[in-house]
Amino acid sequence: MSLNVEHHAARTLPAEKPLRLLDNAGHAAPAREAGGFALPAADTLLDLYRRMVVARRFDVQVTALTKQGRLATYPSAYGQEACEIGAVSALETADWLFPTYRDSIALLTRGIAPGDILTSFRGEWHNGFDQHRHRTSVQATPLATQALHAVGLAHAARLRDEPIVSLAFLGDGATSEGDAHEAFNFAAVWQTPTVFVVQNNQFAISTPLSRQTRAASFADKAVGYGMPGHRVDGNDAAAVYAVTRDAVERARSGGGPTLIEAVTYRIEPHTNSDDPTRYRASRDVEHWKRRDPIERLEKYLVSEGALAEAVRAEIADAAEELAALTRDAMSVDADLDPLELFDHVYAAPRRALQEQRAALAAELSGAER
Amino acid sequence: MTTATGSSSTDRVAEPASAAGASVADAAPTAPITMAGALNAALRDAMAADDRVVVYGEDVGPLGGVFRVTDGLQASFGDERVWDSPLAESGIVGTAVGMAMYGMRPVVEMQFDAFAYPAFQQVVSHVAKMRNRTKGRVSLPMVIRIPCAGAIGGVEHHSDSSEAYWTATPGLTVVMPSNPADAYSMLREAIESDDPVVFMEPKSRYWAKAELQLPVRTAPMDRAQVVREGTDVTLIAYGPTVRTALEAADAGVEEGLSVEVVDLRSLSPFDDETVGASVRKTSRAAVIHEAAQFGGYGAEVAARVTERNFFHLAAPVLRVTGFDTPYPAPKLEEHWLPTADRVLAALATWEWDLA
Ligand SMILES: Cc1ncc(C[n+]2csc(CCOP(=O)(O)OP(=O)(O)O)c2C)c(N)n1
Repeated sequence: MSLNVEHHAARTLPAEKPLRLLDNAGHAAPAREAGGFALPAADTLLDLYRRMVVARRFDVQVTALTKQGRLATYPSAYGQEACEIGAVSALETADWLFPTYRDSIALLTRGIAPGDILTSFRGEWHNGFDQHRHRTSVQATPLATQALHAVGLAHAARLRDEPIVSLAFLGDGATSEGDAHEAFNFAAVWQTPTVFVVQNNQFAISTPLSRQTRAASFADKAVGYGMPGHRVDGNDAAAVYAVTRDAVERARSGGGPTLIEAVTYRIEPHTNSDDPTRYRASRDVEHWKRRDPIERLEKYLVSEGALAEAVRAEIADAAEELAALTRDAMSVDADLDPLELFDHVYAAPRRALQEQRAALAAELSGAER
Repeated sequence: MTTATGSSSTDRVAEPASAAGASVADAAPTAPITMAGALNAALRDAMAADDRVVVYGEDVGPLGGVFRVTDGLQASFGDERVWDSPLAESGIVGTAVGMAMYGMRPVVEMQFDAFAYPAFQQVVSHVAKMRNRTKGRVSLPMVIRIPCAGAIGGVEHHSDSSEAYWTATPGLTVVMPSNPADAYSMLREAIESDDPVVFMEPKSRYWAKAELQLPVRTAPMDRAQVVREGTDVTLIAYGPTVRTALEAADAGVEEGLSVEVVDLRSLSPFDDETVGASVRKTSRAAVIHEAAQFGGYGAEVAARVTERNFFHLAAPVLRVTGFDTPYPAPKLEEHWLPTADRVLAALATWEWDLA
């Protein structure tokens, strides 16, 4: 009888300290912390920087608009720019992204317009952009559910011999859901070209990491599923990019899935309706603010002479332009047609819905009179 | 019945949305309390009365739950009786099964209606069937609290009405209070029950206030209540739509209609007596709920009312519900939710013969 117990994966545990390519002061980190990964090329780093600055401006703008009541809710990614932009920038245009509610700024990198990203947070429709055009799924609200979708899509692409990779973002809390375990396991068993990026921002609403997992790291869990895991400094865009890029290339060339844990911190409240003073100390927030991912990369670029004053001014302009675009998009009230409620429920029209639609139409025309 | 009727009318007076022109000067000298506050008090009193009662779920500890229903409980009872669980609904309900088997009385929180779905397997396959499978040897005295329904401007997955999934499952008790007094009383009773209870809390009523002296016990949890008397038609409502029904009753007065409103309170079991008595009195009935109509809970109500009272009915039982579409984004929900106007428009479709 064959027990078929040969090992399919390397069993090495991820490094104890998160991988870093740049330290907090913006210097190249010592080689032992880089885990064999190399600093990306200067133009890649500049591109990451540009995208992060624009994303930060967008995030700050949307938070302000939320306070003005222009949006119903907005889960901010302030401080998580390196995870979001670093990871998504490692994808090719044809690859697919499976984001959550937290990952709006990653959608910018996929070329999605601000107004279309914010449609659901504005309360207009549950989604506002074209999934196929941007190769980006809907922002998932039920936690960890999107991870399985990413695995399925990657598997389908492989069955069709298309060299596509899928990337799913998950929060630290979401890893506790059954769907997360199932996604990791399916991906490993099927060897799908999938990259899971766990943004460990230390809190799931109010629940701290210590109440979520007893594992030393989320990356350690990868070993148990039979795939490689990496623990990365999530405030180091260079490291997030390099490690994700490596995982994406590995996946594309048939090497199977990778689990990446990016260690970071959620600076803003969970959403505008959260009260973080109930569960965390402001000194922690201050501590993490001093580890700002944008400042870190900026210091490096400046010290390398790679960030000319003219370029910096041009990036600032681009950020302001996007902020203006965002404000404009949120200042006009979308022309919503209540009768559209009945569209898009089924591919084939149903009589019952047509009847309900007619009833609402009659009600609305009555209201106009 | 007096308590429920009384609380429900003060409730309406204190409710900002319907407070126009109303006076609270003649209210009883009791403290105003919200439904969320009443639920909190019920948990607190239940925990003080019985140390087998434990409370856990997502963010129920220091934060006090996203609706603050568990506010302060961990500070009072410690983290061995109130704790933040890992983020996993199947895990929460599944472990509660084991805890209840071992003599505890867990009260667990699902953060929002649509986030209870990962626990569906545990609820339907185990919570509901354990007593029956074990010929009564294993009982599961647990309460699964689920904030439910819409009208709070929430993003998607935060406004589902999932009651039909639970009521279609034999072995579960499913209740939904509509006002602070019932919220307190029914939650105490649910925790004391030896059967598992799915306790649904209409989010849009969390901030509804009533003048109350706690502790209060209203009618037994399995009884429906006539919360407004009338002679022409019975509106059968529960949770968030009780207020809709009462608004329709007020508006009906202007149209010369005398509307009776029954608050079901318990969806499973169904109180055939109270509902039947009302329907036989008025000979007409309409059921109102937020959930979509097709295959919804209203179909069960209409069928039961018809089966038992057919020869007393002057017209078919109507349903006024949400549309058969997924719950919409906030800017469209006012068009989706059943309103008092829609209730009256539905009643107007009957051939009335009001001599
Ligand atoms: C299945 C499910 N359960 C509960 C929720 C409610 N909820 C929304 S966000 C959140 C915390 C998520 O934390 P984490 O996964 O760490 O992501 P973060 O918000 O920190 O980015 C919870 C409990 C949900 N969206 N889905």
